[in-house]
Amino acid sequence: MFNHLLSLLIWLPVAGAIPVLLAGSARPNLARWLSLLVAVLTFVVSLFLLVQYNPDTGGMQLTESYLWIASWGVHYGLAVDGISVALILMTTFVGILVIAGAWEVIQDRPHQYMAAMLILEGLLIGVFCATDALLFYALFEAILIPMFILIGIWGGPRRVYATLKFFIYTFFGSVFMLIALLYLYQKAHTFDLATLAALPLTLKEQSWIFFAFLIAFAIKVPMVPVHTWLPDAHVEAPTGGSVVLAAVMLKIGGYGFLRFSLPIVPDASEHFAWVVIALSLIAVVYIGYVALVQEDMKKLVAYSSVAHMGFVTLGIFIAFMLVRGSANTDMAQLGMQGAMIQMISHGFVSGAMFTCIGVLYDRMHTRSIKDYGGVINVMPWFGFFYVLFAMANCGLPGTSGFVGEFMVILASFSANPWIAVFAAFTLIIGAAYTLWLVKRVLWGDITNPHVAEMKEINGRETFVLVAFAAAVLALGIWPQPLVHLMDSSVSQLVHQIAIHKI
Amino acid sequence: MPTFNDILIMLPEFYLVAAACVLLLTDAFMKPEQRPHLHWISIFVLLVGIYLVIAGQPEQAATAFGGMFVRDDVAEILKVFALGTTALVFVYARPYLIDRKLLIGEFYTLMIFAVLGIMLLVSAGNLLTVYLGLELLSLSSYALVALNRDARLPSEAAIKYFVLGALASGMLLYGMSMVYGASGMGGTPSLDLAQLHNVMTYTTAPNLLLFGLIFMIVGIGFKLGAAPFHMWIPDVYQGAPTPITTFIASGSKLAAFGMAFRLLSSGMGDLSQHWHLMLAVLAVISLAIGNLVAIVQTNLKRMLAYSTISHMGYLLLGLSAAGPEGYAAAMFYAICYALMGVAAFGVMLALSRAGFECEEIADLKGLNQKSPWMAFLMLLAMFSLAGVPPLFGFWAKVLVLEAAIHANMLWLAIVGIVFAIIGLYYYLYVIKVMYFDKPAEGSVLTVQQDKPLRVVLSLNALSLLALGLYWGPLLGWCRSAFGL
Repeated sequence: MFNHLLSLLIWLPVAGAIPVLLAGSARPNLARWLSLLVAVLTFVVSLFLLVQYNPDTGGMQLTESYLWIASWGVHYGLAVDGISVALILMTTFVGILVIAGAWEVIQDRPHQYMAAMLILEGLLIGVFCATDALLFYALFEAILIPMFILIGIWGGPRRVYATLKFFIYTFFGSVFMLIALLYLYQKAHTFDLATLAALPLTLKEQSWIFFAFLIAFAIKVPMVPVHTWLPDAHVEAPTGGSVVLAAVMLKIGGYGFLRFSLPIVPDASEHFAWVVIALSLIAVVYIGYVALVQEDMKKLVAYSSVAHMGFVTLGIFIAFMLVRGSANTDMAQLGMQGAMIQMISHGFVSGAMFTCIGVLYDRMHTRSIKDYGGVINVMPWFGFFYVLFAMANCGLPGTSGFVGEFMVILASFSANPWIAVFAAFTLIIGAAYTLWLVKRVLWGDITNPHVAEMKEINGRETFVLVAFAAAVLALGIWPQPLVHLMDSSVSQLVHQIAIHKI
Repeated sequence: MPTFNDILIMLPEFYLVAAACVLLLTDAFMKPEQRPHLHWISIFVLLVGIYLVIAGQPEQAATAFGGMFVRDDVAEILKVFALGTTALVFVYARPYLIDRKLLIGEFYTLMIFAVLGIMLLVSAGNLLTVYLGLELLSLSSYALVALNRDARLPSEAAIKYFVLGALASGMLLYGMSMVYGASGMGGTPSLDLAQLHNVMTYTTAPNLLLFGLIFMIVGIGFKLGAAPFHMWIPDVYQGAPTPITTFIASGSKLAAFGMAFRLLSSGMGDLSQHWHLMLAVLAVISLAIGNLVAIVQTNLKRMLAYSTISHMGYLLLGLSAAGPEGYAAAMFYAICYALMGVAAFGVMLALSRAGFECEEIADLKGLNQKSPWMAFLMLLAMFSLAGVPPLFGFWAKVLVLEAAIHANMLWLAIVGIVFAIIGLYYYLYVIKVMYFDKPAEGSVLTVQQDKPLRVVLSLNALSLLALGLYWGPLLGWCRSAFGL
């Protein structure tokens, strides 16, 4: 089993979707329990990664490689390093919570919903462990299919517009990456990522490839100005869809930068790091202001996601200024580490925020902030969790939101204090839009009679929120295990980008 | 005098002629109530044909009748898939034809003659054989389109197809005559493709040769349905009875690829620096017209017709790379397109019934609620046509794009990929209608109860997924045919 642990992780949920589908709409409860079983099993299997992966040696481990397409030399190649392990664990963890979160909320064809979720989960895990560029690309694109269905069938009133926009937008970005990969294949005659990383390329080639990758990953992250699909997709998606979208799918963009842009085109990345850094700062500051004025809760959290993901790209590319500019490897590592922690933390925090909004939406069927007010009076326990996640969202020390942001700001300070000043704006703006949201939704008097009829969260919802809360607090109070898990991988990456390719 | 060996090499073709004639006679002497058996006999005939093609395949490329006929791996692969997809068409067509009282012997005989035309065409070693095969295929197709002779739309489509087809054949023939003439100026005149290969080196009339080439490309463009020679496609696709459309979209396209390969590579290979750019231009126009016009279609058959045009653009991307890599990619694409086309039209056939043609996109509204399985099969076909991984169509696109980049035509690959994004919209729209819309008021979508249809169609559509996950052997087969 341990020889094929990664394959098992990918194919278990995908194969598990088949019996769930077969359960059919006639037996919705069977479909629900089956999918929960599959999700829990996947999570349990993913825990073996922690046992099997040795964080001290770093590098790619648990390698699986089979010749897939002989005439092209394409391999079905899987392997993980610390970064992948962290992301996979987050995916399987969130996987359980979205299945549980959708339990009786999804009444229309629950078997199809659950099956789509499971397939999505399997494909996402695949993306995080593919070591062959073509395999990565195939999985990267295949993800769109279940997500398209999820938003389109179970989404809100403008779901068709949102899901078509989501699909075409993200597809648009990634096709240029495909051209870049095919170009690389012409040069290297392989799609193996490690070989591509060692391939010498001129700065001109690197620049074109860099921008091809940038379009693909910037849309996924999403970075300003290609973030416009995200608010639409988030607002219209069902709660589970939003959670997976925010918690896991956005991370593929950041992960792509680490796996593709940095190792394959390091010199172009250095050359154009200022572009990414500038866009990240715009995301942090400007999108923060945009979030402030949102009337719709989901849109607010969606914009706050864009702002938080700005820290991820900032942390990744600030490393270039540090490594190549002043050879400050330690600080570069801190920035990169911070970006990674921010990814994981944002996964939990945004997932939790969307779950909270889902809880409110299921009771009131509105996402508009002005319809709420005084919710704390009728749902005190819910209020407790909501405030906790809001604090994490604005980066309060002791929650996971603080750790990553702090590390990135620290690293950017040693690169250029001005960058740090702009990045630190988030602490003010983030607090402003999050706390104002809490104030308008939770506190105050009940003005809307429907709010008075709202019921406190039930056991299932409590379970989901407690799980998220535990993750957020654990990461915030004791991030050391996560840091240790990723440490050697991040330091290898930092040393790799220090090497010039020209 | 033909030797025994010649006949052995052409055995599958001789067999098919004989089988078609026997079928024709059997049909004439059969009692009406026994006629339905013709269906199974015809499928059996095709399957035996596949067996003969594979079993009798010589180790090395062999020629018969003094080079008129070539039997090599390229021909073998195309024949296997042409016979195979035609057998699929037979399976899918049965309930449709029964409902419309069109299950008659002529359908099967004409189809088998059309397949025979494909087999001759893809094995052609001489300009005459090309023409012979093409006309056999075309004439059978014209008649097939008009199979339902009392209906207005099919008759109109058939006339359009015939008039434009005859014009294209004339162009092709005219081009061939010029090439023949050019080969006679400075050497011995020849119709043999292998001998024509180096005409350019000795002919005293190179311009005549180039003119001939251009006219031949018009003929090829027409047969492929590449813009600007695509005018017949939408009307014929929409007007023809759906089973015939299915055939035109699958077997016929394999034939068109075979013809293009024989004429351009085997025959005019020396002129590739001239024709590769012409094909690239055809590809760009096809991609643009096909994808853009498909967006506004409301009729599913017509939309798939424009989508065919765009797919032929991708196929031309591979051909215009003018090298074995490109040919292999284009052949892979042709096979892939044939399988996808058969599956997509197969779903339409499965949803049609007496008095109801499932051919408007709106007819599919809420299909996921009525029949999740059929909706899923159509979803596979649509995502495959759109080129979304992990489905088969994606890899075919990757291969032709790679071939274009390999041939230093990065710009063409970028044009191809940009139009893939535009094309995405109308395939997604079909899925949107099936999955996200509620069934229309009073719509009674039912699936044909025919067991073979359901099982074979399911296997067909699932093969798009299976081949998408593991396409190595097929690619290897295609590449080995071109000596890679």
